[in-house]
Amino acid sequence: MNQEIDIQDRPKYINPYFGGVLLGLVLLITFYITGRGLGASGAVKSAVVTTVDKVAPDHAEQNTYMKAFITDDHSPMFNWLVFESFGIFIGGLLSGALFGRIKKLRIEKSPNITNKTRLFAAGIGGILFGIGSQFGRGCSSGAALSGTASSSFGGLLVMLLMFGTGYVVAYFFRKLWI
Amino acid sequence: MGPLIPQGIIPMGWDFVIALLIGIAFGFVLEASGFSSSRNITGVFYGYNFVVLRVFFTAVVVAMIGLQYFDYFGWIDLNQIYVLPTFLSPMIVGAIIMGVGFVLGGFCPGTSYTAIAIGKIDAMVFTGGLFLGIFLFSEFFPFFEQFYYSGNMGSITIGEFFGISNNLVTLIFVVIAVVAFYITWRIELRVRKNMIQYKF
Repeated sequence: MNQEIDIQDRPKYINPYFGGVLLGLVLLITFYITGRGLGASGAVKSAVVTTVDKVAPDHAEQNTYMKAFITDDHSPMFNWLVFESFGIFIGGLLSGALFGRIKKLRIEKSPNITNKTRLFAAGIGGILFGIGSQFGRGCSSGAALSGTASSSFGGLLVMLLMFGTGYVVAYFFRKLWI
Repeated sequence: MGPLIPQGIIPMGWDFVIALLIGIAFGFVLEASGFSSSRNITGVFYGYNFVVLRVFFTAVVVAMIGLQYFDYFGWIDLNQIYVLPTFLSPMIVGAIIMGVGFVLGGFCPGTSYTAIAIGKIDAMVFTGGLFLGIFLFSEFFPFFEQFYYSGNMGSITIGEFFGISNNLVTLIFVVIAVVAFYITWRIELRVRKNMIQYKF
């Protein structure tokens, strides 16, 4: 009885292999048109550089990492990955609307932890992903997915080590999820 | 012959329009596949949901095979395709840091944007963390600048690294993917049997 309700409550997602084929085709078309793959963390980097450049221009100019992304003729937000990432958000909105998943603001978590714990872990996870994606020259999209698809050795390395590390540490953080 | 924009077949002015359209398609597929849910994503680490592995591996294999065939038919010049350069030690460190962030946060950057779109507060906090993390990295960059540029191997491909052709690499990937799909399907069946409270 309970299980039947569970199945009805379950969100309807597309078949993962079908989703994978679609994602692969999107990636292939991206390579065919632009000569490069997809990305996601790059947009946040542009946002960071833009913010620092607005708040403390001298500081941004002096920073050896950020100054490479600052030019006089246009804002760092005028960047391919920023437009693409804005597209990711719109695409998520469209799919969410189509499948009825856009609901009021909510926190998704294991029933065994508090909202505070979940948000704390999400924040730390984001910080680590932000730092790691800079060392790794991209995140799951730019390095692991697009890198591996274009046969980059570094892309493969990032993919294997990212998921590998995930499996190694998963046990210690199991309370967060199961 | 592709790639179209670097070859000047599509003018540069279309670049951002195309970026937006590609992003929309990317985000749609991510959300529709269930990546707007962190518990779906982390299932790959606990064996109760391997959707990440299925989507990810299928996409890699489809794009890899596609690129090889486009090259074979003369539709694309693979020399003009950007191959992510390899910086050995910083990439190892970066991937390990991201691996921990993945299990803690339950998202990666792209998936968190789609989760924000459907109203997940945890995804908003995750993206805020991303911002803070990249900011911290930039601020402390001088301390590890040397390390950041170390181990530069250039745009080395998987085939070049192992001394085989990239066509063979693609074939090996297909075999690994199919085996992984089968094994993880068996694991998932077994794990799910003991898990009734999980509701995606």
